[in-house]
Amino acid sequence: MQTEVPDGPGLESQIGRWRQFLDRRQAVGTTDGDELESHLRDQVAELKEVGLSDDEAFLVAVKRMGDLDGLTREFAREHSDRLWKQLVLAGDQAGTRRATDSPVGMLAFAVAAAISFKLPLAFGMDFAGDDAELYARNLSLLVLPFLAGYFAWRRSLHGLQLLGLAVPFGIGAVFANVYPLTGDAAVLTVIHLPIALWLVVGVAYLGGDWRSSRRRMDFVRFTGEWFIYYVLIALGGGVLILFTAATFEAVGIDAIEFLQSWVLPGGATGAVIVAAWLVEAKQSVIENMAPVLTRVFTPLFAVMLLASVAALVWTGNGVDVDRDVLILFDLLLILVLGLLLYSISARDSRAQPNVMDAVQLLLVVSMLVLDLVALSAIASRISEFGFSPNKTAALGLNIILAINLAWSGWLALGFLRRRKPFAVIEHWQTAYIPVYGLWAAIVVIAFPPIFGFS
Amino acid sequence: MQISKDLVAASATPLVLAILAEGDSYGYAILKRISHLSGGELEWTDGMLYPLLHRLDRLGYVEAEWDTPAGGRRRRYYRITERGRQALTQQLGQWSIITEALRDVWQEFSLVTPTLGTTGAS
Repeated sequence: MQTEVPDGPGLESQIGRWRQFLDRRQAVGTTDGDELESHLRDQVAELKEVGLSDDEAFLVAVKRMGDLDGLTREFAREHSDRLWKQLVLAGDQAGTRRATDSPVGMLAFAVAAAISFKLPLAFGMDFAGDDAELYARNLSLLVLPFLAGYFAWRRSLHGLQLLGLAVPFGIGAVFANVYPLTGDAAVLTVIHLPIALWLVVGVAYLGGDWRSSRRRMDFVRFTGEWFIYYVLIALGGGVLILFTAATFEAVGIDAIEFLQSWVLPGGATGAVIVAAWLVEAKQSVIENMAPVLTRVFTPLFAVMLLASVAALVWTGNGVDVDRDVLILFDLLLILVLGLLLYSISARDSRAQPNVMDAVQLLLVVSMLVLDLVALSAIASRISEFGFSPNKTAALGLNIILAINLAWSGWLALGFLRRRKPFAVIEHWQTAYIPVYGLWAAIVVIAFPPIFGFS
Repeated sequence: MQISKDLVAASATPLVLAILAEGDSYGYAILKRISHLSGGELEWTDGMLYPLLHRLDRLGYVEAEWDTPAGGRRRRYYRITERGRQALTQQLGQWSIITEALRDVWQEFSLVTPTLGTTGAS
């Protein structure tokens, strides 16, 4: 039996100070701190039993616990979700500011992206007029290389890795322009090229470490937070532009032309980089907001999708939906898939199943139903009118989504019944990410020759 | 004898799972048990146990719960799950293959060179 020796006030304050040091490390959560402190107290109690003084026992116990830097690093490795912004887990660098942290470098990339976007104008192109479609096709190629370049710079990528990033962009540039695309085929490229290139940005974001499932989850999290920041900047920028235009109009100067052709596009492209920088630099701001947003919108979307499913069943004309509705369905499904991925990435994978996980399963099931409705509608249209690039792209997308959703639902059910850990859901989603990129690349590269460019 | 870092790391998961298979336990007690089992030879940096336990938790091999036993301090207790037992069985199989292979080859080795350890080239 262990006799509890009352701890002296000196010991308590020492443990308190040690705990303060520990709590300052973001990788170590509060309950982890409790756990480590409980361990430290056990150790101290036992050492005192064999005759050590308070001070001696505390020193030995702390020494056995290991140095806090090494410990923090181990915690960060296991809980990368808590510390994912400090992508380089080198603890010896913690606290020191590097040149790549400064906003100056980021601003340089943002300005370069904005200039690159306006550059075709210098060669007589006009993004509102005849060349609008050519511009739209190349939009992602004008902006995303700078985002990838920004990350390559921040992660100090070297020769071969840089080449690995440049090649996909090169391929994208070739296939966006080499085909004489018109009509629907061109629209498909406009939609699918950014998706494929965004995943290339992901490789740069992860510093080339894209094989790790957990790191891919970091990129999903980044994408969600980047989106939130981008929307916030866009809203603020919109208000700013409106007021500027109104102010100049009040003094009799028509600034709308200038704002539209310079401030708006420059701001919209530069914001791509600024939002990415904000995600990393101002992490703690979004950390508190993101889980709240997913908690609000997951149930709302679940209700909305259930209502749509109910309406489809009620009216009974599920298979008879027309082309515009199909596009709407697909956009909705992609949006909700993003929400689903993001809420999975924002969840603490060690938490027990709770109500939110049930809501999430509901969301997945209603998505699957909608997806199958869309799939049957597309299949019937194809059997009636034959294959077209649009219908084939939609067919492929819906099949890809159906596979993901069916298996996600199965895994989520297993998790709710406590048969499977949450990690399998995470792993499935991250393993599936390349499929989207691959499909987008196929649509851009292989569809035009197959369907004759129109 | 100093046991190499790699060996400590490789044996950590099966050791912890096997100790939890004996019964629910908490971090400090697990470390005491490891030290006892290895006759004090296998020494960990105490804190490193916890990231490992959290990894096992995430993989669904163990479950964690805070508990305050009568007359004791509040501690986080770990319990092995069915999945954890399966993983343990798998690891046991792998380890017995390795130890058997090592035993066989060492037996031959000691027959050829009875003065084990003086060969110089190691």
